[in-house]
Amino acid sequence: MPAFLLQSVASTFDQPTIDFHALAPALVLTGALVVVLLVDLFTPKGSRGIVPSVAGIGILAAMVPVLTLALDGADRSMFGGAYVVDNFSLVMQAMFLLAAYVVVLLSTNYIAEGDYAEGEYYFLLLSALLGMLVMASSRDLVTMFVALELLSIPAYMLAGWRKRDRLGNEAGVKYYLMGVFASAVTLYGMSLLYGISGSTLFTDIAVAVARGDGFGDTTPFITLGVVFVLVGFAFKVSAVPFHTWAPDTYEGAPTPVTAFLSVNSKAAGFVALLQLILIAFIGRDDVVGPLMWVLAALTMTVGNLIALRQTNIVRMLAYSGVAQAGFMLAPLAVVGSNSDGARSAVVTYLLIYAAMNLGAFAVVLAVARKTRSAEIASWGGLFEYAPGLTVLMTVFLFSLAGIPPLGGWLAKFVVFRALLSPELTAGGVILAVVVGVNSVIALYYYANVARQMWMNPVPDGDRTPVRVPFSLAAAIALTLVFTVAFGVSNLATRFGDLATFLPA
Amino acid sequence: MDNNEFLTEWGLTLMVFLPLAGALLLMVIPKAQEQMIKVVALGAALASGAVGVAVLANFNYDSSEELQFVVNRNWIEFIHANYLVGIDGLSVPLIALTLLITPLVMVYSWNHFPEPHNPKAFLILMLILATGMLGTFVAQDLILFFVFFEVVLLPMYFMIGVWGGEQRQYAAIKFFLYTLFGSALMIVSFLALFFVAGGDSFSMVELAQGVADRNAAGNLTLLTQVLIFGGMFMGFGIKVPMFPFHTWLPDAHTQAPTAGSVILAAVLLKLGTYGFIRVALFILPEAAVEWAPYIGALAVIGIIYGALGCLAQTDMKRLIAFSSVAHMGFVMLGIASLTTFGLNAAVFGMVAHGLITGMLFFLAGSVKDRFHTLEIKRLGGLLLQAPKLGWILGFCIMASLGLPGLAGFWGEFPAILSAYNPAPALSQGLFRTYMVIAAFGTVLAAGYLLWLFQRTAFGTPSEEFADTEIEDVRVSEWIAWVPLLALILVLGVFPNIIFHVTDPFLTAMGNTFAGLK
Repeated sequence: MPAFLLQSVASTFDQPTIDFHALAPALVLTGALVVVLLVDLFTPKGSRGIVPSVAGIGILAAMVPVLTLALDGADRSMFGGAYVVDNFSLVMQAMFLLAAYVVVLLSTNYIAEGDYAEGEYYFLLLSALLGMLVMASSRDLVTMFVALELLSIPAYMLAGWRKRDRLGNEAGVKYYLMGVFASAVTLYGMSLLYGISGSTLFTDIAVAVARGDGFGDTTPFITLGVVFVLVGFAFKVSAVPFHTWAPDTYEGAPTPVTAFLSVNSKAAGFVALLQLILIAFIGRDDVVGPLMWVLAALTMTVGNLIALRQTNIVRMLAYSGVAQAGFMLAPLAVVGSNSDGARSAVVTYLLIYAAMNLGAFAVVLAVARKTRSAEIASWGGLFEYAPGLTVLMTVFLFSLAGIPPLGGWLAKFVVFRALLSPELTAGGVILAVVVGVNSVIALYYYANVARQMWMNPVPDGDRTPVRVPFSLAAAIALTLVFTVAFGVSNLATRFGDLATFLPA
Repeated sequence: MDNNEFLTEWGLTLMVFLPLAGALLLMVIPKAQEQMIKVVALGAALASGAVGVAVLANFNYDSSEELQFVVNRNWIEFIHANYLVGIDGLSVPLIALTLLITPLVMVYSWNHFPEPHNPKAFLILMLILATGMLGTFVAQDLILFFVFFEVVLLPMYFMIGVWGGEQRQYAAIKFFLYTLFGSALMIVSFLALFFVAGGDSFSMVELAQGVADRNAAGNLTLLTQVLIFGGMFMGFGIKVPMFPFHTWLPDAHTQAPTAGSVILAAVLLKLGTYGFIRVALFILPEAAVEWAPYIGALAVIGIIYGALGCLAQTDMKRLIAFSSVAHMGFVMLGIASLTTFGLNAAVFGMVAHGLITGMLFFLAGSVKDRFHTLEIKRLGGLLLQAPKLGWILGFCIMASLGLPGLAGFWGEFPAILSAYNPAPALSQGLFRTYMVIAAFGTVLAAGYLLWLFQRTAFGTPSEEFADTEIEDVRVSEWIAWVPLLALILVLGVFPNIIFHVTDPFLTAMGNTFAGLK
């Protein structure tokens, strides 16, 4: 009898075919993070600098399968469609990897020179990155949730990495509590969606959600499920009114981690939103559209207005990041009439934003090595003793502000474009004007930093030149090239256009 | 490839980007090598000028209504933006003006860069500025136009903010925020236009054709066009600047260093009026008819308001700045008449204002250099202390108030006259009222300008400066000023030099408006 039972169980289990090529980026990264731990274990205490190199090489190694998959060009789907490799996932994975590589470059000196555990830091960084890679490929609620937790939990720890610092502790705890709450909300929404559709696959949910029937009138439940899931990810991308953790966490976390959170983690949130909205909830743009419209308008306006009052540059960048998230949410408001345009606009924006924002953080790190302060006032007269860094920071800031020919203008442009096509609608035009007005407000606080650097005197009269370590210089050079190239060529828009989903 | 082919293919591109190449070159020259920095900067400006002269010499003036030297390349395919450049009779005079002003400003600054000195950064900014200005005048694709239009913002912001007067930070950010606000609405308009006109090209010619086709087929509402024009109006109107968006101008002009003021007055303001003709009127003629009465009203308010503002000023530079508001009012009145005559006057007015007001700002700068103040009541007796400087000031003031025989006249007088007979679709009574008001404005202009001259140049030097030795016109100043002074005179006597170039293109445009009821 037991043998029979066993046999029946065994016969219902089909060994899934595993496509190792498709999983290779994640597998290589998993290997890399194990190596990082081992290397840290077996290197003597004093020899710093080896671990970050290993981490960086590991990330670049994970780039290789992404490239071979891109060259191969075939869409791959595994585990019944729960994990896919398509153009979208490849573009986003490449972005995550490159951005994380820049973060490693930013971290190298900061972590080595502070009193921090080095091996664990890079281990956690790579773990979070692994979650992001999976996120870009997940087309099913469970996979997505696992990816979400995999990228969030290491990030909570990284945020509190300055453990002897009061602000550092606040950063960690606040981020953790808010993040867990958001995860719970998301999970609740997911359970409702599962209850209605009977499946965790996005394609199945799309059918059930669009049909709107089931057990009697389930429309309110569907709406609730959709809204809860989206709200959970709205925390991740720090959309107003779910942004309150961002400034404190950004200020208290080590600055390279802040850069990681504001670029990679935010991008992961947008990746999830795009997949959910464009695949699973595509039939419910009547719910998603207005929700995103309100979120976008609130996020950019509130983020900007609070950013105006900041005196600390990291907090300023945090709030500016909130406002930028608002710009990225805007195309999702017209997802019903222009889903392709919304997708390519958000992807393009993410690519450009990653380059310019990481660049700004890199300069902040470089300058803080001399000024030992993040107050904007301490940036006074930078032009007198560090003209190169001043020009670079100016480039990144005005790119964030959207001044041509730097990358940021094209990002704003594709948002406008998505909002106004294929035909003019009242909602789209009004949101476009809101975006326009907000770009002007944003200019004020970006220009304020430029004003400090160029036009004000040095506050303490200390004009010793800033020494920029090699890894930071490399990070700045990399981000500068992309920031400028994105602005004057079709590079970013091309990838934005290419990043299509696997057809259902 | 023979010479001509090379020029056709690369002439405009070289002209636009040589200054930028110069700026990049300057970045790698160490700051201490000042002489070398100046020579390289001037060299880049002159090289761009030389290419420009070659292009203008090969320009076919017999068919100046057609786009020439057209280059069309793919740029950002995804958004259908092309690298499309070309010039016609409308752009030629403004390009010539820009090519002239840039090296002159450099020569003027040669030995006295404003505080905090740093010629390297200053000249880099100036060269970037030159690329932006030239690019705007050659771009025939709206996105390309927009990018160049915005490129000028940053260098100007820093030029005012770093090298400016006491209120420089306030003036710089005000200038920046005002103009960016206009551009933000403008780009929304450009995109809306792109989609209503078919959505496959940003080329101005094709957009105009697309709008015309849809108008003929009756599937484009007038309201949409009027709204799109409204966004452009904000962008260009703030740049001009038109009343009530003019308040950034007096601050920016007053605080900017001399070189900045001159470029601002001579070229930057023209980007706005040029944009009106090249983009707004050209692509959306029907909406332009709806807007013209309001533009005309704001123009004449600007004329009177600017003049009254001048009368209230105590600072010489600020007075000249306000006079710009009034002069640009005349240009806008000419545009608002929507006639060939008025448009020609407007383009002439742009060039004349560029030369004359540019000169006036040069003079203000030189006065400031010598007296360390521009407060009118502390000055006086300039003709006694520095007679040459004084007489040049007198000459420019005469030109500015529109004395026949000098360039200012040909911008102002025909603009007023054009309002007598506006395009048939516009109300004749209304525009004749505008004409009377504008004519009254010229009286005020004569008033404030002569009053300025009287207070600064006549009489005896004030006690404060009675014993100060005042240097008369320097060599670098002569080099910078003589071309401008000569042009003011030459264009005053032979206005046809410009009218001949601009007329064919503007006649075609005027005929379009004449056909609208």
